Amino acid sequence: MPLLSLFLAASTAAPLPDKVDFNRDVRPILSENCFYCHGPDASHRKAKLRLDLRDAALAKEAFIPGKPEESELSKRLDAEDPEERMPPSDSHKKLDDRQKAVLRKWIAQGAEYRQHWSYEPPVKPSAPAGSEGVDHLVEAGLKPLGLTPGPEADRRTLARRLHLDLLGLPPTPEEVDAFVNDASPDAYPRLVERLLASPHYGERMAVTWLDVVRFADTIGYHSDTPRNVWPYRDWVIRSFNDNKPFDRFTLEQVAGDLLPDGGREALIGSGFNRLLLTTEEGGAQAKDYQQRMLTDRVRAVGAAWLGQTTGCAQCHDHKFDPITMRDFYSLGAFFADVHEPDIGRREEGILVSTPEQDARLAELASAVDQARKKLEAAHPSLTPAIETWEKDFTAPETPGKKTKAKRKDPDAKLAAQAAPILKNPADKRTPADRNVVRDYYLSLHPEALKTERDALAAAQKSHDAFRAAIPKTLVTAKAAQTRTVRILPRGNWMDETGEIVKAALPHYLPQAKLEGRAPNRLDLAQWLVSRDNPLTARVTMNRLWMQFFGTALSKNPGDLGAQGELPPNQPLLDWLAVEFMDGKWDLKRMVRIIVNSRAYRRASTATQAQRETDPYNRALARQTPFRLDAEFVRDNALAVSGLLVPKVGGPSVKPYQPERYWENLNFPVREYVHDQGEAQHRRGLYVWWQRSFLHPSLLAFDAPSREESCTERTRSNIPQQALVLLNDPTYVEAARAFGTAAAAREGDDDVRLRWAWRRAVQREPDAAELATLRKVLNDRRAAYRADPESAKKLLQVGLSPAPKESDPVELAAWTHAARVLLNLHETVTRD
Amino acid sequence: MTDLPSEILSAVTRRAFLGRATQGVGALALAAMTARGAESGVLGATHHKARAKRVIWLSMAGGPSHLETFDPKPKLAAMHDQPMPESMTKGQQLAQLQGQKLKCFGPQHKFSRFGREGAEICELFPHIGSALGDIALVRSMTTDAINHDPAHMFMNTGSQIAGRPSMGSWVTYGLGSEAHDLPGFVVLTSLGKGGQNQPIAARQWSSGFLPSRHQGVQLRSKGDPVLYLGSPAGVSRDLQGADIAAVAELNRRRDGLVADPEIATRIAQYEMAFRMQAGVPGLMDLRDEDARTLELYGCVPGDGTFASNCLLARRLAERGVRFIQLYHKDWDHHGGVKDGVALKAQEIDRACMALITDLKRRGMLDETLIVWAGEFGRTPMSQGGSGRDHHNKAMSVWLAGGGVRGGVVHGETDELGYAAVKDVCTVHDLHATMLRCLGVDHERFTFKFQGLDAKLTGVEPAKPIAGILA
Repeated sequence: MPLLSLFLAASTAAPLPDKVDFNRDVRPILSENCFYCHGPDASHRKAKLRLDLRDAALAKEAFIPGKPEESELSKRLDAEDPEERMPPSDSHKKLDDRQKAVLRKWIAQGAEYRQHWSYEPPVKPSAPAGSEGVDHLVEAGLKPLGLTPGPEADRRTLARRLHLDLLGLPPTPEEVDAFVNDASPDAYPRLVERLLASPHYGERMAVTWLDVVRFADTIGYHSDTPRNVWPYRDWVIRSFNDNKPFDRFTLEQVAGDLLPDGGREALIGSGFNRLLLTTEEGGAQAKDYQQRMLTDRVRAVGAAWLGQTTGCAQCHDHKFDPITMRDFYSLGAFFADVHEPDIGRREEGILVSTPEQDARLAELASAVDQARKKLEAAHPSLTPAIETWEKDFTAPETPGKKTKAKRKDPDAKLAAQAAPILKNPADKRTPADRNVVRDYYLSLHPEALKTERDALAAAQKSHDAFRAAIPKTLVTAKAAQTRTVRILPRGNWMDETGEIVKAALPHYLPQAKLEGRAPNRLDLAQWLVSRDNPLTARVTMNRLWMQFFGTALSKNPGDLGAQGELPPNQPLLDWLAVEFMDGKWDLKRMVRIIVNSRAYRRASTATQAQRETDPYNRALARQTPFRLDAEFVRDNALAVSGLLVPKVGGPSVKPYQPERYWENLNFPVREYVHDQGEAQHRRGLYVWWQRSFLHPSLLAFDAPSREESCTERTRSNIPQQALVLLNDPTYVEAARAFGTAAAAREGDDDVRLRWAWRRAVQREPDAAELATLRKVLNDRRAAYRADPESAKKLLQVGLSPAPKESDPVELAAWTHAARVLLNLHETVTRD
Repeated sequence: MTDLPSEILSAVTRRAFLGRATQGVGALALAAMTARGAESGVLGATHHKARAKRVIWLSMAGGPSHLETFDPKPKLAAMHDQPMPESMTKGQQLAQLQGQKLKCFGPQHKFSRFGREGAEICELFPHIGSALGDIALVRSMTTDAINHDPAHMFMNTGSQIAGRPSMGSWVTYGLGSEAHDLPGFVVLTSLGKGGQNQPIAARQWSSGFLPSRHQGVQLRSKGDPVLYLGSPAGVSRDLQGADIAAVAELNRRRDGLVADPEIATRIAQYEMAFRMQAGVPGLMDLRDEDARTLELYGCVPGDGTFASNCLLARRLAERGVRFIQLYHKDWDHHGGVKDGVALKAQEIDRACMALITDLKRRGMLDETLIVWAGEFGRTPMSQGGSGRDHHNKAMSVWLAGGGVRGGVVHGETDELGYAAVKDVCTVHDLHATMLRCLGVDHERFTFKFQGLDAKLTGVEPAKPIAGILA
């Protein structure tokens, strides 16, 4: 594989390849410049010419293989007449000389086409097993560039990198020491195994997946009210921790309700189908939102499993990829059996109870039943009293108004029901009528059967309270009536002229073997993770790689289509994909293979030569430093300061948040009340995910709102991040706790400062660094000695109490030293 | 304002690499962050001569009735209470009126001509009427969406699907910002007194797929004006500055060792944050405005009203903020449209005029584009006998200032005000117009997203509204 030219393909100065490769050299040019008008979208096609299929292009004589000079395509590139020239000026596209030369050489060499790379089944290149396979393929890519693999990172860096990448938490200095001092040859792989077995591994892996499936605690549109879904988040964590095979993980989410061996666990996973945006806005139209929900799902499945930008085909056939509108709506039709309201409040979901809770709930239900039976048994005893009461009673003309006995009806509805019945003679009443009269009587006579009624009310109350406290979660249930799905012309839901479509797989991908049966949602799920599907394993491995190297192998993890990137090292991606499937979709095994590789373990500092030859580190002669994801910025500060509550799972939590941040929410107006106690110091992935107003300190660090599937977060560097780390009470409190812990250590200032430094970044400070931090400590001591009241104020930030016996000036000064450490670029960076 | 220690300033004069391969499309972009924090945009030179340097967008959230504001319809008054012609409404989108009998509902207020040649507008808006010479009124605006949330998304991002960049983000991405201690895109919100305050999601000012530093930053009238702007209790400005200086010193030392371009950016951003801490509270404090100005706007410092926000918008404009968006809520008059719009008029009429007047007397109106628009219009049909439902076939918007011809009325609706019929305009046209005033050709202002050259103005053909351009 001539990797050299791959890396240089983007450069206009690069020499032309000896043999032009369609997917590598030609398709990107055609896709970017020509397909918009001469591609798969028939409705927008100009001159009935399409260049994405060889036969179609030949039929229109777009080019003559072997004869570039005589080919129309070639002539058009340099046509004098602006009307003739391609691409046209209003496209704002322009080919450079090298691109033109590539096209001509391609025609000269026969203008061969190849299927788009990601639609061909991945073929496993020959490479050694395990991590050696990764290194073999990475190093094969380095050679043509003249790059040599960089050195391995030092052990401290490796320990920190592994902890942050696999757990999203930093190691303690003691953990680093243990690894640094472990002389055994398998020290590194043993550390990997220890981390893979940690319950925090699942939390870290969940963060990426929750972005992909757009998990959030609220509905998204308009009122953005809560819904019950957090047990799904815990299901994701559990699945990663249990290393549930990725194919099963997929089946449970897309079709957990249809699995013969599903059970409640699979049902919770099927909550995936309910994670989309919904509305409770008055005046919302059912069909409008049916369409929104269908398209939302197709986009999510496209991004999460297929790496296809399916959303483009909602209004027209895809401009660059072969996905048609029919494909789009047919894919949506797989979900037409998901039981859900089109608009309005979602149901509460299934109970996610423990067996003990189930038993207790049954007991309480039985108690209600018994109390009701007792009351019913006592009803006949009322008959004489009711007869007496009726004699003195004239039903009010207008129910609810005062009667002659000047009573108010406590239950107007019942009164209205009873009024006509009471006009009838008692012997002409049905048993149901008699019950209404009895209930009406009871509503007016609280003292009647008081013991029995109180007992029933009390039993009901205990039952309801117990039930209310049991977690609930939205799951998928199959609807009795499947919704009709039509192709919507231009995506317009009011246009019902489009053809009705049944569920079908995208036509351009290998089909499932169904033996004539119409496919359902379970078939879709099985097809997603079948050996024949060329995309899912690649997409999943591509994203996994990004987690450990900062950039995916094909750099747009949400798009492996024509406008995505042919991976510079396709053999590596394909090897990983096949290895993943061969290994029965075992994700931990793939993580192990990647992080045990030499490529992963390299130092991340770049040499001048590396920077010049490979500025974006696509060839991986080195590692890449990157800023921690939003949740891990929080987790890291809480862990370093000792405040972190490492509990796994449970309802979402509400950390401190600026007042009135939710002031623009309405229906209903909401006030954010932050949690007390341990919930205040939980990990970032448990923070309440309010789609329209995501917690501002997560938002500042690029956590997505999860209104749409997010396959890659941006990594910005903006002033709000400084404001959060400096001023958010969460981080001020962390600095206070961290400083207090440092101040409480034995030893002189330098010993304590070194301890804090090591805790923050797991390395020793050099002399100059220590001097800077020492100066911070001493200067703040002087400042607060002159103003001890301010010291006391600083120590009151946050819920965790400051030690009473300590000197506030001293603690405040240490808080500042700790704060400086928590704000370091290095602290929020994984290198 | 206390300045930062000189060692930080020297650090931030270094240019820094922003963006990296991991950001996907962004690739290697030289950050144009200068020592003063102002930032140039990706466009460099504009496509055309820019007539406006900045935008103040007045979002009337809830959907103002064009029939009680800027679109007189005597025929509708004449047909009050009669059935709406079915030929008009058949097969069209309805929101809350689905399945109901549709009856005409006459305009609830009189219309008048203000000034000799001015257009006829509702009597409730005499101040805006007095400024019509500077205003281009568009009576033929339409939109795609009919519920608040999607309609706001459409008006702000040109798409009804969440995740697209808002227009303020597009504009600062393209043109950068001249503000050195403020974000380039600022949002202010105010509530109406009528209680129909529809929710507004932060996605309305999201940067979508554009780099996040272009997201709108909400300035709040109570508490910290910017989230986390205040230093912690017990930390003076000097101590805050000293901590930031120490962080910078340590970061710089680390950079010497690992040469990570993100570190220089981080140092610069801490400095920007520190300047915002000093600059923003002063900006928000209206007490230094003279009495004449406060009277012009009719606001009291700290009252959090739309009028106060208009005055703040002028102050933000003076400080070089590129895109200033004000939301004033409570225009959702499903019932009581008569009193409802009257109340809104009290809240906004004078303030809109004041903003135009104030900018004009400072010589800034020529370089500032003001846009007044809701997210949709309202039905000429009655809802519940006193209100109007959401409506996307007709709405009125107006523009004033840089690049816009004052004193014109563009477009018409039919005689009942149901649908725009002459010179029909779309939201994408409005965006194209705004960009044109800023010197930007909307067709040539793109960002690669999902393989497409994504534009604020979408894929359907759109064009600037020529009839209102100066």
